[in-house]
Amino acid sequence: MAAKGRPEPPMGVLRRLDAGARAAFPALFTALLIAVAAVPVGVPGLAAAVALPPVFFWTIFRPAAMPPPAVFALGLLLDLTSFAPLGIGVLVLLVVHAVAMRLREWLVKQSFLLVWLAFCVFAAGAAALGFVLHALLMMQVPPRMPAIFQAGVAAGIYPALGWALGRLHMAMSRAEEGL
Amino acid sequence: MIRLSIPLRQALARLSLPVLIAAAFGTMLLGKADALLVERARMVLADMLSPIWAAVQQPVQATQDAMAEARALWNMREENARLREENERLHRWQATALALEAENALLRRQLSWVPDPAPAFRTARVVADAGGTYARAVLLAAGPNHQLRKGQIALDERGFVGRVTEVGSRSARVLLATDINSRIPVVLEGSRARAIMVGNNATRPRLQHWPEGVVPREGDRVVTSAEAGAFPAGLPVGVVRWSESGAAEVELFARMDRMDLLRLFDYGLSGILPPEAVARPEARPARR
Repeated sequence: MAAKGRPEPPMGVLRRLDAGARAAFPALFTALLIAVAAVPVGVPGLAAAVALPPVFFWTIFRPAAMPPPAVFALGLLLDLTSFAPLGIGVLVLLVVHAVAMRLREWLVKQSFLLVWLAFCVFAAGAAALGFVLHALLMMQVPPRMPAIFQAGVAAGIYPALGWALGRLHMAMSRAEEGL
Repeated sequence: MIRLSIPLRQALARLSLPVLIAAAFGTMLLGKADALLVERARMVLADMLSPIWAAVQQPVQATQDAMAEARALWNMREENARLREENERLHRWQATALALEAENALLRRQLSWVPDPAPAFRTARVVADAGGTYARAVLLAAGPNHQLRKGQIALDERGFVGRVTEVGSRSARVLLATDINSRIPVVLEGSRARAIMVGNNATRPRLQHWPEGVVPREGDRVVTSAEAGAFPAGLPVGVVRWSESGAAEVELFARMDRMDLLRLFDYGLSGILPPEAVARPEARPARR
């Protein structure tokens, strides 16, 4: 926008709405995804698995649209829709966000495959962190299967979700370029 | 919106993450400390999201149904094989039963066996429990033109219940086998030994007066005896159970605690009837 060297056009109502929608889209889309994944279908940890890829993706490719407060709110939504102890989802998502933010400079330049591999490590770490927090908060060792399942599902849906989000990201970038 | 200087905004942005992580720990503590608040928040959120869930539930349900259907179809082969095998087995049993039936008919013919007449019965509903002279008795509702008689024998769907002792114009009273006044001549099926089943107002009547040298065995079937002409032989009554105090009792087949309908059989027996009936025997049509 400003890099074009053109004077920034005045912000009309419509343009403001457009920009606002674009800025709010990632977080709202993730929230919708969590809400839909929380439908009781008998799949444990599905919502947590579904929340991870968008948070990771937007943190790396569009950090302005996924600020820490949004991550916090998403984590709270995740915790309230599931029946796990409150705070686990919040902390896990925030930690993922913080670590991804640190590695952002390096990750943003990598190929899709490498980003996916990195995400697999993130998913495993998130599941392990969730498991440990669960054990600490409940004062007992929870079953291992849901955590493993959650990591597997998160890693498994990342390619599809990442591809769709990548296309969206491109479209949004183009729209911003065209301004 | 408040305009902040760029360095201040950067500082705030850098600070927000640690603050929020601290807040995450705060929510954990809150969740531990105030479970009620969390529960209420969850319910509010669930109320808000329930339209989405209701909409999503439809395709999910459809998918699950389709999967269950597919699994059922998949299992059908196995099920079919099992059923075929079972059918085979049942066919063999049927053949056995037919052969036995034929053999039975043949033997009966050779013995010139006189078969028991099929007894007539009426079914009546139990309308009241207990009351009257007896502690363990039930009242049956019968239509105005009922054909209930004293001495008829009441059975539920499993076994012997008692005997009709009083008959009114629209009702009849059945003295249950558990009543303290009840004395039923019985036969122990294992040893063919006769005994008397004495009611004691408890759930299990006792066995008395069995012949010397025979001891009722645990689990032995007890059926009625035709002794004294009050009952037909062979009605199922119960099984022998030895109580902890060492008394032989009968666990009745009939479900005494949940009687609703009783079948009243008329065997045309008038061996022992309550005193009234002896004083003025009622005229009854001759059977057969």
